[in-house]
Order: sequence, then structure tokens, then C-alpha cells
Amino acid sequence: MIFVTVGHQMPFDRLISAVDAWAGERGRDDVFAQIGETELRPRHIRWAAKIDPAEFRERVEAAETIVSHAGMGTILTALELGRPILVMPRRESLSETRNDHQVATAVRFRELGRVSVAMDASEIPGLLDRLGSIPAGDRISTEASPRLINAVRGFIFEDRRPI
Amino acid sequence: MTKTRSNPKVMAVASGGGHWVQLMRISPAFAGARLVYVTVEPSYRDQVGDARFRLVCDATRWNKFRLILLLCQITFVILHERPDVIVSTGAAPGYLAIRIGKLFGARTMWIDSIANVECLSLSGERIRAHADVCLTQWDHLARAGGPSFEGAVL
Repeated sequence: MIFVTVGHQMPFDRLISAVDAWAGERGRDDVFAQIGETELRPRHIRWAAKIDPAEFRERVEAAETIVSHAGMGTILTALELGRPILVMPRRESLSETRNDHQVATAVRFRELGRVSVAMDASEIPGLLDRLGSIPAGDRISTEASPRLINAVRGFIFEDRRPI
Repeated sequence: MTKTRSNPKVMAVASGGGHWVQLMRISPAFAGARLVYVTVEPSYRDQVGDARFRLVCDATRWNKFRLILLLCQITFVILHERPDVIVSTGAAPGYLAIRIGKLFGARTMWIDSIANVECLSLSGERIRAHADVCLTQWDHLARAGGPSFEGAVL
């Protein structure tokens, strides 16, 4: 099962349309998408506008691959559950988001070997055709790095502050 | 001061999505403190165990009316909860909580999202002058005088 998600704030029709078209051409009936509040109606994939966090986590865990916007909530959840993830960054120029930070996020996380990236919709069919080649790392821990946790703890309990 | 450090009341604030996921990853830091979470999504309550849980409206800087409502809600929550420490992973609810919390004597910490790779978020830039500690999760963004780098959620 492929799980597609656009996050909780805005729709991302460019991503949904590309995946829907691919699913139609490949005859895939195992794609489910959370599409946000949009008038777009996919023709080949099952969808819902919104799902609750518990269902979201279940679907990520059960998925062969996640396809999503380059949102940190989805990326971190996919990594925590050890699932491969393909992201496409939202673009401010296309009114898909308010600034282009998702582009930098996607590039940086690709460099770290954590996510696969489609920089635009034309790359999606090719990447989805090669789903098996999207790496799934081991599950990352569900906790932040010890350094950060210690820094926050030190501030709370000892008023320790960075120099 | 000793009392608040040995048994502090911590208010942990985050808006939805990635901000909340990152707050949850940091939450082991809160163990042993009296704790209240402030966020925008009711179904997150299932993730916080026995900690107190308060809801505020989801607002961004592009909706002034909702921001004013959020400001009122945050003020009310702070007056009611009286936190000693406020920690936030952003965005607008955390920004307002730190600004208001400072007026009531709270110590405050902002942790900019790991999504902000190239520069601090706008809220992060604005909160720098107000939060006691402002952290970035990318070493190359650290500056003398803030933000500081002390690791990341990954």
C-alpha cells in the first residue's frame, strides 16, 4: 500500500494529481491519499481530506512507501517507523506554501540519505516505478538527540544556558 | 528561585504537525517536572499521558483576527497555569506564550524547527530578543548572541 499525505494545513494538488495519474496508468489500486481541503477529486486512488493522528501513524507504519510534501511531521514519523519516504517540496511561487523552506529541507534530508526527493511532478512517475529502490533505514529513535534533551533539561532544572 | 528549579512547572507549547512531532521528541527533557502541554489539535491529548493539556486556536501571522483570539487564549492559559518555564518548538502559539510568559516572570526557551535549514524562522528571528534561550537545530545557523546550537531532534 502506498500512503500519500499533504499535511494538515494546505492542499497539494500538484502532488495528488501526479500520483493519481501514475496509479491510473499502472493500474494500481493500493494507493490511499490524505488530500486536504481541496476540490480536486482523484479518479484512481482512494482518498480522504483529513485523518486523525492515530490513523495517520497506522497508515505510515503499514505503508510500503510514503509519498508526501516535505513536511517535518511526516518525514519524522516515517523515519520513526522505518518507512521509505518520497517527498516533493511545496513551492511558494505556486502558492503551495508561504516560503520555500521545504525545498531546502528536502535537499538537506536527501543529502543525509534519509528521504528520496522529486523536485517536481515530472519526476514522480519514474521514482514511483522504482519504489523498491527507495531505501528504508532502520527506525530512528522516538527521542531527540541526547545533547538537545540535556540542554532543555539543564535549562528547566538548573537554568543552564548556552554560552 | 530554588523552589522553581527543583520542582518547576513547565509549559510546553507547539502548533500542529511537525512542530508537535518535534515537541514530543524533546519531551523526555520534561520528566520530573510539573507539566502542561499547550497545542491546537484535540487528538494530540492521547500522546501526553498524565500531563495537563490545554487547547488554543490554530493561528498564523496571516490572520490577524485569529491571532488576537490566540493571544487572549494564551494569556488566559498562562494566568491559570502559572508556568515557571515555557519551552516551545513554534510557531505562533509558542511565540505568544513566550512574550506573555516573560511578563509573568517565566524563563523561556525557543527551539526553532529542524525544517528551517537555511535560516531561522521568522518567529524565531522575532523571539530572539525576548526568549532567554533561542536554539537552532543546525550548527551553521548558530551565531554569537543567538541562536545557539545544542543538537537536534534527529
